[in-house]
Amino acid sequence: MNASQNNQLITYCLRLGDSSLVLGQRLGEWCGHGPILEEDIALTNISLDLIGQARAFYTYAAQIENKGRSEDDFAFLRDERTYFNLLLTEQPNGDFGQTILRQFLVSAFFVQFYSQLKNSKDSTLASLADKSLKEVTYHLRHSSEWVLRLGDGTEESHQRLVQALDELWNFTGDLFDMDELDAALIQAGIAVDLNSLRHPWMKTVKEVFQGAKLQVPENTYMIQGSRKGKHTEHLGHLLTEMQALPRAFPGAQW
Amino acid sequence: MSKILTKEFIFQLLAEIPDPEIPVISIVDLGIVRNVELENQKVRVNITPTYSGCPAMMAIQNDIVSRLKQEGIDDIEVRLVVDEVWTTDWINDAAKERLREYGIAPPEKTSTNKSLLTGKPKMVNCPRCGSPRTSLISQFGSTACKALYRCDDCREPFDYFKCH
Repeated sequence: MNASQNNQLITYCLRLGDSSLVLGQRLGEWCGHGPILEEDIALTNISLDLIGQARAFYTYAAQIENKGRSEDDFAFLRDERTYFNLLLTEQPNGDFGQTILRQFLVSAFFVQFYSQLKNSKDSTLASLADKSLKEVTYHLRHSSEWVLRLGDGTEESHQRLVQALDELWNFTGDLFDMDELDAALIQAGIAVDLNSLRHPWMKTVKEVFQGAKLQVPENTYMIQGSRKGKHTEHLGHLLTEMQALPRAFPGAQW
Repeated sequence: MSKILTKEFIFQLLAEIPDPEIPVISIVDLGIVRNVELENQKVRVNITPTYSGCPAMMAIQNDIVSRLKQEGIDDIEVRLVVDEVWTTDWINDAAKERLREYGIAPPEKTSTNKSLLTGKPKMVNCPRCGSPRTSLISQFGSTACKALYRCDDCREPFDYFKCH
């Protein structure tokens, strides 16, 4: 593999790792604050899966780069503009309904994404995808059951989901955004063509929304930019908190 | 250290190491230990995580190193590998029986439930009274690999080792 393809692969791994890490960090904010104990445990367990996935992608990136950077360096020593997580993953938790809806929209995407990535010509990415797929499938089942329950629940729970949908839907276009790096890696048989995921993702969303009595918004303006490291105002705050300790005490060890 | 190391011997040692979260089964029973490679006096143990974020991996690595050191083995490398994806199918039947005796309902054979959204939980028998009348309390239990159930006959709550 030549140097430029190596760099592309590193960035691709960072994009994947960043989305998992940022969503994992968001879910971790629920620790001790869940509406009931079981859901506190559920959200933090999902968080743990995602952070584990992020570690694997960062470790692989570090291995390809081979310059002595570690998974921690990638997580803690990069700024907002060099983070490539999907915009949806950084959106604030809001209430439980908003967290669940965000989880559902992202998990439905991850399930489709990893189902494809496991066929990647890059064997490490393929195995990581295979492993992640099992986990995100479970996350999807959990969150879709809650979307059904809340959407088709009381007037208030339904109203809150409608509100959450209003907050989050504009960021769903970003899930499928692609740039020249994607194009090059798709060409090489490594990356996933996100266009092919739109239809199956929408099918899952519609299926669950129908049961939850929610309408898929139409003709909405989509906010994009994660591929270029352009974020909403929320990511900076999240990173500030997440990176505080390693920034204040460089090289600190457990 | 004059003994000639064999893979079988190393495996015997590893089979004595309990899983940190579920002490009735060993890391070999669980299928976490994938293989052992020997190079002169160097021992390399390849392990794989159950779940990506399994917090016990570090403890398991440390346990492996300290158990092998007790036998005078010093040149040890524990590597995390993911080329084969862990599944509950790798847990052997004897270990499943020990899980049941311990109060954890063992995973059913062959893992992933294909139906994505409507996947009804499989029938899980109560590990205490054996009743098939059980209900799911929470999809996420005390560790990443378990879900929480309740027996509708003897009323005991119990952990179920999820199919994965």
